[in-house]
Amino acid sequence: MLPRFWRKIKYRYNLVGTYCENCGTYYYPPRNLCPKCRRKSRIKEVQLSGKGKVISYSVVHDAPENFKMMKPYVVALIQLDEGPVITSQLVCKPEEVKIGMRVKAVFRKYGEEGESGIIYYGTKFVPDEKIG
Amino acid sequence: MVGIVSYGTYIPKFRIKVEEIARIWGENAETIKNGLGILQKSVPDFDEDTATIAVEAGREAVRRARIDPKEIGAVYVGSESHPYAVKPTATIVGEALGVGNEYFAADLEFACKAGTAGIQICMGLVKAGMIKYGLAIGADTSQSRPGDALEYSAAAGGAAVVIGNDGVIAEIEGTYSFTSDTPDFWRREGQPYPSHGGRFTGIPAYFRHITSAAKGLMEELGLKPSDFSYAVFHQPNGKFPVRVAKMLGFSTEQIKQGLVVSHIGNTYSGSSLLGLCAVLDEAKPGDRILLVSFGSGAGSDAFSLIVTDEIDDFERTPKVWDKVMSGEFIDYGLYVKLRRKIKFG
Ligand SMILES: [Zn+2]
Repeated sequence: MLPRFWRKIKYRYNLVGTYCENCGTYYYPPRNLCPKCRRKSRIKEVQLSGKGKVISYSVVHDAPENFKMMKPYVVALIQLDEGPVITSQLVCKPEEVKIGMRVKAVFRKYGEEGESGIIYYGTKFVPDEKIG
Repeated sequence: MVGIVSYGTYIPKFRIKVEEIARIWGENAETIKNGLGILQKSVPDFDEDTATIAVEAGREAVRRARIDPKEIGAVYVGSESHPYAVKPTATIVGEALGVGNEYFAADLEFACKAGTAGIQICMGLVKAGMIKYGLAIGADTSQSRPGDALEYSAAAGGAAVVIGNDGVIAEIEGTYSFTSDTPDFWRREGQPYPSHGGRFTGIPAYFRHITSAAKGLMEELGLKPSDFSYAVFHQPNGKFPVRVAKMLGFSTEQIKQGLVVSHIGNTYSGSSLLGLCAVLDEAKPGDRILLVSFGSGAGSDAFSLIVTDEIDDFERTPKVWDKVMSGEFIDYGLYVKLRRKIKFG
């Protein structure tokens, strides 16, 4: 678990995706090759904005051990403004979530391996409320 | 000219009212509110801790600075609630902010003044030409024993400042520290909650160190209270900063804008820095600001800042006070769960 998580830290802490300069498509998770352009792909790594909208969601009531304290929680399919769709926990009350609602990426704890183990951090989403 | 290039803040969205805590422990809420000058406090979500708060505040600071994160040469995170006893918070922040791998980093601990200690270290590194920008963060999710008086004030929040000498919005014209070995508040290794010396935390600790640091700095710079547009003092409650301001000769008008404790509680390492950021939200070019932190154990760091013309082009929304006044109230049951005060087996 530990080395596997460590190698992916860069992509969990930040929404680092790829962009094909040939056709203008964004990918998350990152890809080495653009499936549309194949050999003509011109791929570069980009930081995605972290803004998007909910296109589907479900409320998890039967949570795995590590997430028990957070249930019921929302897992949503989120379309980023750049195009890619990702699955993520959406931190809000189940009754708050709506299809089409604007959300933004935040840095949160994923879980921990007991009281003496490692703590995992990464990207989750919250409603993009305008403050002030 | 070394100074603050940018700042960012983060306050968790949950709030608990003094009434709700007093209800559980059978105490009189009005007496407590009047005694502490606190109405409510912030509470972190179950998946928030000092590292996540530091990252969110740091991201806002870096975004507003409009600099390449790789130009940041140092990251110091001050807290008394680092998630790990051994394993730095600063590396989590550095990675999440995309600082790269070539940077000086360490976690700092000095109760509630570890964040301002980070500013002083960054100032030194910038002045010596060793780094272009340094990031100093004060963040905490402070714990309190259920039923203890501290439970009404121990809150969560953080602030991050980018220090540099290019694009400075507030020049630091001087800093001065007053330090002594005073055991007013402590937490031993492995203990979940801190202990404190009750009334001993007042006169010999908070008031002595803050007044000494503030007077020392003003003497060194040849300044008097009326030279400052604003003053911010560490805010463990709503009463101490008001009383220390009076002792030093500052008016209520000078400290009002930075006094955020009434609605979010004591954010420990975030406390005086959140107050400073609330002042920077409103400050105009030429304003002089006094900042004095306090950390138990004990010490105070005093700073005199002069706001520059650059502040007019600086992104200042959402404002600290908007974050302070927003939020969602929770009851004591959910508070106990979120703060992991229930032990299983
Ligand atoms: Zn393509």
